[in-house]
Parts: sequence; C-alpha cells; structure tokens
Amino acid sequence: MLIRERIIKYGDNIDTDVIIPARYLNTADENELAKHCMEDIDPCFHEKLKTGSIIVAGGNFGCGSSREHAPIAIKASGAACVIAKDFARIFFRNAINIGLPIVECPEAVIESSEHDEFIVDLDNGVLKNLTKDKRYIIQPFPDFLQKIINSGGLMNMAEELVWEAKV
Amino acid sequence: MSMTMTQKIISAHCGGQPVHTGEIVLADVDLVMGNDITSPVAIREFKKHGFRQVFNKEKVALVLDHFVPCKDIASAKQCKEVREFADEQKICHFFDAGETGIEHALLPEKGLARSGSLIVGADSHTCTYGALGAFSTGMGSTDMAFAMVTGKTWLRVPPAICFVIKNSLSEWVGGKDVILYILARIGVGGARYKSMEFCGDGLSSLSIDDRFTIANMAIEAGAKNGIFETDEITENYEMEKGNETVPCSVGGMPDYEETYELNLADIKPMVAMPHSPDNVVPADTLGEVRIDQAVIGSCTNGRLSDLAVAAKILKGKKVHPRCRTIIIPATQRIYLEALNSGMIDTFIRAGCVVSTPTCGPCLGGHMGILADGERAISTTNRNFVGRMGHTGSEVWLSGPAVAAASAIAGKIVLPDKGDK
Repeated sequence: MLIRERIIKYGDNIDTDVIIPARYLNTADENELAKHCMEDIDPCFHEKLKTGSIIVAGGNFGCGSSREHAPIAIKASGAACVIAKDFARIFFRNAINIGLPIVECPEAVIESSEHDEFIVDLDNGVLKNLTKDKRYIIQPFPDFLQKIINSGGLMNMAEELVWEAKV
Repeated sequence: MSMTMTQKIISAHCGGQPVHTGEIVLADVDLVMGNDITSPVAIREFKKHGFRQVFNKEKVALVLDHFVPCKDIASAKQCKEVREFADEQKICHFFDAGETGIEHALLPEKGLARSGSLIVGADSHTCTYGALGAFSTGMGSTDMAFAMVTGKTWLRVPPAICFVIKNSLSEWVGGKDVILYILARIGVGGARYKSMEFCGDGLSSLSIDDRFTIANMAIEAGAKNGIFETDEITENYEMEKGNETVPCSVGGMPDYEETYELNLADIKPMVAMPHSPDNVVPADTLGEVRIDQAVIGSCTNGRLSDLAVAAKILKGKKVHPRCRTIIIPATQRIYLEALNSGMIDTFIRAGCVVSTPTCGPCLGGHMGILADGERAISTTNRNFVGRMGHTGSEVWLSGPAVAAASAIAGKIVLPDKGDK
C-alpha cells in the first residue's frame, strides 16, 4: 500500500475520549462516528482532512478506552494512516484488527511539521518526508500481525481457524 | 529465569510450554465479556462473517451497564441488539437492567472472574480481575468477536514491572490513593504494553476491594494487565463465591524490567487534577478548588466498602447546596446491602442523588453531565478533556473519602477537615 498525503499533526497522549467522545457511542454507525471524530480536541479536523489525510501524533496515541469506535471513526473520516511515536496497546490491536494503517516512527514524528508531505510505503517498509527530504525505515510487524493483515482482518483469520478445526 | 505471574497464566492457557517476553501466542480464554457499547460492534462482526454459534455459551458474559435503563432511542437500539443476541445464543451470563451492575464489579461478585483464569473483555477496565490473581485484559470489539467464535485470543507476552508492597495504609487512605500515587510516579505511559505485578508483605493490609481499585486503573498507566499475588484474603473471597483459589505468586526470579518498593504508610489521600490521571498531587497540597458536583461510584470505587467510607463521612451531614452529589452503587446487590445497612438513608438525608447501577457519568454517557466551566470531584478512573461532559468542564479524581468530604465542603478537602 502506497499513501502520498500531507500530514495533520497532534501531540502526546491523544486519548480515545477526544478521538470519539462517549456521548456519540450510542451508535456504531461508522459515518455517524466519523462526523464527530476528533471534535473535542480539534473542531477543524474535517477541514484539515481536505488538504491532507495522514495523522501524525506523539506518544501513547489512542490511550484510554477500548472503544473500537475510535479507529473506526478515524478510518471512516477518510484518514489514510496514523503515524505516531507509539500507540496505546488496545488502540494498536483495534487498528490492526480493523485494517487502519498505523506506523510507529518516533524520528519521523519529531522531524516533521504540520502540512509536510509524506509517502508511506507499507509494502517496502519505507516512510518519506518529501517536504523535509528525509527517509525512514518502518519496523516490520511481527509475522502473526502480518498474517492478520494479509488475511484481511482478524475475523477472516477466525474463519480460517474455525474451518481448520472442523476439517 | 522464571516467568512472571502473568506469563505463568498465559503459558497455562496455551499448552503449558514456557512463554517468553515479546512472543505472540494464541491463548485459550476462560471468559469473554462485552457491554452495551462494545458488544453491538462485536455482534455485527460475528454475523457479517457468517458465524452461527459462540464457542461456549457458558464462557461469554454480556453486561448491559453503560446506558441501561436506556437514555435514548439510539442506545435502546444497541441494547436490543445485545439482548436479542444473548437470547438467540442462549448466553448463560447475560445481565440486563434489574439484575445488572457495572461489569467489573458484577463479574467478580457473581464468581465469574476467578484466580488463575484468562479473561478478555471489550472494555479497557477488564484488567480489574487481576486483583484475584487472574490474567485479565481489555480489548476491542473485533477481538471480542474473535474470542466468542474461537475461544481464543492473540497475545503478545508482556514484560512486567513489579511493585513490592510494604506496611499498611493510614486512615482515610485506600486503593485509589495507592494507584494514583503509582500513576504520579510512572505516568500514563509508564507501563505501556507491560504487566504491573503486585506482591510483598504489605498485601495483607490491602482488602480485596482495594486490590480491585488498583488493578482497575492499571490501564491508566497503559498496562496490559495488573495482577496481585493470591493469599488468604483472595482465598476467603473465592470461597465466598464457591470457587477454589488457583494460587498465583511471584516465586523464583522473574526478569522484571523494573521493581518499585511501595511503602503504603507514605501514601496520603491523593487527587488527580485535570486532564490526566497521572496529574496527581496529595490532596492536602491543593489550594481552594470549588466543586459543582461529586460522583461516588463506578467500576473503580462503587463497591460496598467505598460507599461505607462515604456514608461514614456523610452521616448526619448535608452536602453543600452548590454541590450536586451522585452516589452509584456498582451492582444491585451492593445497592441492596447499602439499603439494608442504612447507608442509602444516610445518603438521601445528606441530600445526595442515589442511582441504579450505571457507568453513566463516568464516561459522560448520561446523568451527571457537566456544563462548560463546571468542576467535579469523582471516584471514577479518567479525567480526560470532556470525559464527563463539556470540554470546558473539569474532572478531579479521588477516593471516596476525599469525594464525600468535598461534597460537604463544596470544595476539595481532606476527610478530617470536611468532617468537622
């Protein structure tokens, strides 16, 4: 997967409550959730998405609640990818499980500025900041996570497991 | 090198071979849990992939606790989806309004969270059951669906931080103060992807409720789980539930990443200031912080012992006229016991609102929502921006003693001062 977009930049500890506030959790409809994505921390989020769709953030992105509604809202908003210094554990799982591309790369975060243009080449594990002319190597996911991604998500893997158990 | 407590439990749930930090394993689950917010997403995934049956109807727990009795049509629709799924799958542990309670207080109360077991739940505070020497961890809805179908979950075997507990707590200091003190020390990312393991002589002075509160907020340090060594206190609790204790202790020499010594006698009543659970200071160092609302309840501090602390302080007193005070027993049984022991009478006479069990105000879901500029003291677990309502409101976290005393004073105070 190759993504070429400008970035929207946030700080550390962006929690799931600001990604999608609980007052909207009375629905699981992804388009409804997308409407309110990031509104408590950045009311201009959707405006910014028009000029670039890579979210770049500091450490512990997605900390807090287990609500899968958070990565669902980001994905449904049209964000192509999230690059962070590191992710909170549950958010990381949820993103992998639902197929939201995520990249951990502290250097790229530190050396980037709002609106920089990035290329994210997930297949070759390379990240480029075109504006700053910097190149980074993305650490590959462990084999098991790669298998989930290749299966097209965790539930496809569940189908394979149940099928194997029956054979 | 011996395994950590967490690693021992994971190992026992994936064939018994030793497991190593960083390794990814597929482990058997003893219980998979979801609530009225997270289950609908899981149920849709389950159905979308054409699955007909959960792996074991006795090992799935569905708890309607965030929005029941429902606050609006949308949440009613979500609860209906869960109700219908529970019915069609003949789920043995389905809890609806009238019998329900806040999931992390309810499952242990029902004897469903047991020592030595591996529990996953689609709620971040599923780590609560580590108080009993279980491995329990929060996940998302797709993980919940996967576990409901396969009876398994994927886990990266975590490294661990050890907390060696010494001495005993002072008056008006409880489990909440201990975990806030730890959060002040290690921060909200301090245990990210790791286990927090609790052992030491001082454990004998921590009640099972104190342990629930501490394990509950392990996620606030980013931890995968928090887990306590089992002892006589665990055994007594398990026996009361008709369960046998599966012993869990550190033993050997696990390769802990860090070991902290925690002297309980040093810990004072603590308060987390907005907008992060690690923004913690001792309550006695605060200047005048006026409050508009006090909330005593939640999966962190809505147990009978928490209500008892609040009742002791509120007995014969009135809450401040400017401070709405909401008391939420965490389960129906706790509600009934609080009623029979006279606590509910005390709360109502003191001018408190007493509610049926709900997660409502904790996550800004319903009831107790704050307007712009309002400030609450709360025994809940998070004080993120907008957590309890308007983004211009503030949540300050404390244990039940500080919250009750503050409700009387209309500002954040220590129990002794509020009790005058």
